[in-house]
Amino acid sequence: MKKPATNSDGVKKCRRFYGHGIPHVPLEDIAGKLIVVEGADGSGRSTQIARLVDWLETSGHATVQVGLKRSTLVSSELEKAQEGNILSRTTLSLFYATDFADQLENVILPALKAGFIVLADRYVYTLMARDMVRGMDEAWLKNLYGIALEPDAVFYFSVEPQELVQRNLAKNASLDYWESGMDLGFSRDMFDSFVKYQTAMQAAFHKLRKNYGFTIVDGNRPVGSITRELRKKIRALLAAK
Amino acid sequence: MKTFAELNFPGRLIAVEGLDGSGKSTQIYLLKRWLEAEGVKVYFSEWNSSELVKSATSKGKKRELLTPTTFSLIHATDFADRYERHLLPLLRSGYIVLCDRYIFTAFARDVVRGCLPEWVRGIYNFAALPDTTFFFKADLEVSLNRILEGRPKLKFFEAGMDLHLSNDPYESFRIFQGRILEQYMAMSAKFNFIVMDANQHVEKQQALVRKIVSERMDLARFKRRGPLPLPPAIQPDNKAKEAEEDLAA
Repeated sequence: MKKPATNSDGVKKCRRFYGHGIPHVPLEDIAGKLIVVEGADGSGRSTQIARLVDWLETSGHATVQVGLKRSTLVSSELEKAQEGNILSRTTLSLFYATDFADQLENVILPALKAGFIVLADRYVYTLMARDMVRGMDEAWLKNLYGIALEPDAVFYFSVEPQELVQRNLAKNASLDYWESGMDLGFSRDMFDSFVKYQTAMQAAFHKLRKNYGFTIVDGNRPVGSITRELRKKIRALLAAK
Repeated sequence: MKTFAELNFPGRLIAVEGLDGSGKSTQIYLLKRWLEAEGVKVYFSEWNSSELVKSATSKGKKRELLTPTTFSLIHATDFADRYERHLLPLLRSGYIVLCDRYIFTAFARDVVRGCLPEWVRGIYNFAALPDTTFFFKADLEVSLNRILEGRPKLKFFEAGMDLHLSNDPYESFRIFQGRILEQYMAMSAKFNFIVMDANQHVEKQQALVRKIVSERMDLARFKRRGPLPLPPAIQPDNKAKEAEEDLAA
């Protein structure tokens, strides 16, 4: 993970946006922490987040959860658009960015100001990776998501695509259209397409990691062992306050 | 950034820009009527009109949920949807596309709301520039009076009330529109706006618009060749029917 920027006294500098950020939003006096969990469907994100919330709340920390497609502003419209698969890629990309910005300004930032620990089930990295796989310009994406707040920690759950297929099928007996990247036309066989798409997504995440620095968590391990690793890292993060 | 002509599109895009109440919508409507009468393949697209995004935008506006950032992004989403689904294919097939407001509206309005100019322009850099942009410049007072006469109740975002410029919607609207005009004027030269004197009579302006368009574009190139052919299955039947009717008469 990228070390938080420190000044000469070794004190953590105030947090920052990736780019110019959100107009009229100062970042002083933000007391909370933003923790992001990234990874494909079936990588164990929601299981681990549920466990973290349990643990954090029992330890006396207030938490808030956010995730993709959960904004008041556009979530239902976005859902509808995806069902029909009628949006072109730039439109879908901007629609997701709107959803993200709405949650950032109306949920994440106010919660952080109030001292909450915000757990994000996916963040801008998934949105960027999806668009990169679909051939969108990286500089364009970097500018677009210059509004995003840099999290205190990003955990990327890495699981082999072959293992992801098994987990998704065991859970739903089917593969999700979008998580299989069927819109890309890699293959008409959903199984093949899923593996190809998830492999491309992992490559995109590794590329993003160079600029954004995530902690890679080996998601092939047992649930309990992953939880222990996360707790240890988050405990250190909270102690650094 | 290049124009559609520079990108070798067979179609051409004409945009109108200006403050609310500058008369730009009337002018582009009359331009459309003329082009249609000339037999030109023409399509009209309005700012903030994509069906899909509309419900989110109106919800956001009604419930005052929008921030400068989400206001900007949701309009960009609307634009991208119209651009990719309608504008690009039509321009590829040789249409003249008329846009009531184009990316310059976002460049002016979102920046007045506080978004960083580079961020806004970066988001819209997937769009090509219009081949011709008319900017309708009326005196601020003229525009304000036109709006305030016709529609005395100003909407929250329209009046720029989210910027807290004034508690009085009318005063807020005046300041907001004044700032947007400043932004437009600052980008006018860079984007080759044809600045129209919108204080003039409607007819006089329209005559000039038509003259400029016909000078800049060879309209014959955009005409449909003959009427649309009927589907082959229907054609002979219809002719037979017509012949029968003729006989009966």
